[in-house]
Amino acid sequence: MYNFDVERPSTVAEAVAAMGRDEAQPMSGGQTLIPTLKARLAAPSVLVSLGGIEEMKGVSMADGLLSVGGGTTHAAVAREAAAHYPALAGLAARIGDPAVRNRGTIGGSVANNDPSACYPAAVLGSGATVVTNQREIAADDYFLGMFETALDEGEIVTGVNFPVPQAAHYEKMIQPASRFPLVAVFVAKFSDGLRVAVTGASNNGVFRWTEAETALAADFSADALNGVKADASEMISDLHGTGAYRAHLVNVMTKRAVAAIG
Amino acid sequence: MTQVKMTVNGKAASGEVEGRTLLAQFLREDQGLTGTHIGCDTSQCGACVVHVNGEAVKACTMLAIEADGANVDTIEGQADADGSLNVIQQAFQDHHGLQCGFCTPGMVMSAAALLKENPKPSEAEVRHYLDGNICRCTGYHNIVKAIMAASGQDVSAIAAE
Repeated sequence: MYNFDVERPSTVAEAVAAMGRDEAQPMSGGQTLIPTLKARLAAPSVLVSLGGIEEMKGVSMADGLLSVGGGTTHAAVAREAAAHYPALAGLAARIGDPAVRNRGTIGGSVANNDPSACYPAAVLGSGATVVTNQREIAADDYFLGMFETALDEGEIVTGVNFPVPQAAHYEKMIQPASRFPLVAVFVAKFSDGLRVAVTGASNNGVFRWTEAETALAADFSADALNGVKADASEMISDLHGTGAYRAHLVNVMTKRAVAAIG
Repeated sequence: MTQVKMTVNGKAASGEVEGRTLLAQFLREDQGLTGTHIGCDTSQCGACVVHVNGEAVKACTMLAIEADGANVDTIEGQADADGSLNVIQQAFQDHHGLQCGFCTPGMVMSAAALLKENPKPSEAEVRHYLDGNICRCTGYHNIVKAIMAASGQDVSAIAAE
């Protein structure tokens, strides 16, 4: 890892100011970024550590909207969101391993947009809003592709606002070496519709599986997905699984999620 | 270089670190606390697990600067005040929960974190909690058995001698 200066702001305003320095890079929990720095895939001059910003931590519920601060760890979401949004808390409780969950944050995960990360599926599947130091971005406009988001240079994810669905479930087929999903699906059912979001599968990162949404809108049952196929040509193909295998898993994970909701 | 100060195993510790200095490096190379092992250096293996403000973290994936002002506990601080093994360490010895011993500091620190939040875990809960701690010798059975025993539960029915 090349050396860098570290800034430790205690407010969002201080973090934004620190991000004005040349080649500055924000870091939340660092559970992806530190390994990336070690591999010399990133070499910032200044690392702006967001871990000391108390105003970006915590979970609160108001008017059916669950607000999660960008600096809230996975472990904290698992504990504090359980009473309000069990499917989201359950997802957070199964990211990585306990030590990673004590450092990694929702803001870091959403800003990085790893094509196999868990949180993007919940954010897109819930139709959540990503809040930054500058604006609010709807999930449908936020995830632009593998490791690509609508964030501008230096923009910081300060929180995510989740509408809480009537019922939801996250079903994950884990890739045991990395503990990332090989394929995982988040299904959320609202009074006015439903959403199906898939992570781990596509070359374009997290996506809504609209064919499944249409089939489930007519008949919310696992059987409604018989014969509904995800497009294998869009899928990641690597040593862990072919595109065809992942496309098959998309269907199976969606069925399991639907069955779990009942 | 930046001056960092923290409390390690109840004692004040300080040193000069670079921005990139990892907590694991600071503990091992600056403080001489080599019980915190670096196995994979990629946050997979868990040999470097320590507690920062009471929470288990992988010391190879946290900057020393981020621990400035924190309370850090390592394997060196786990023994009882008279120097005898604590209940978890003793259970690892009694139940043959280690062979080469490389992963053991991380296993003991993870076990301590688990038992703090869940004093009587089931076998399945222990195995799930050890997701991020890799052992290449034991096959895990005796580690799980040791942690169950340390929690005060009867382990005679647990398989794998």
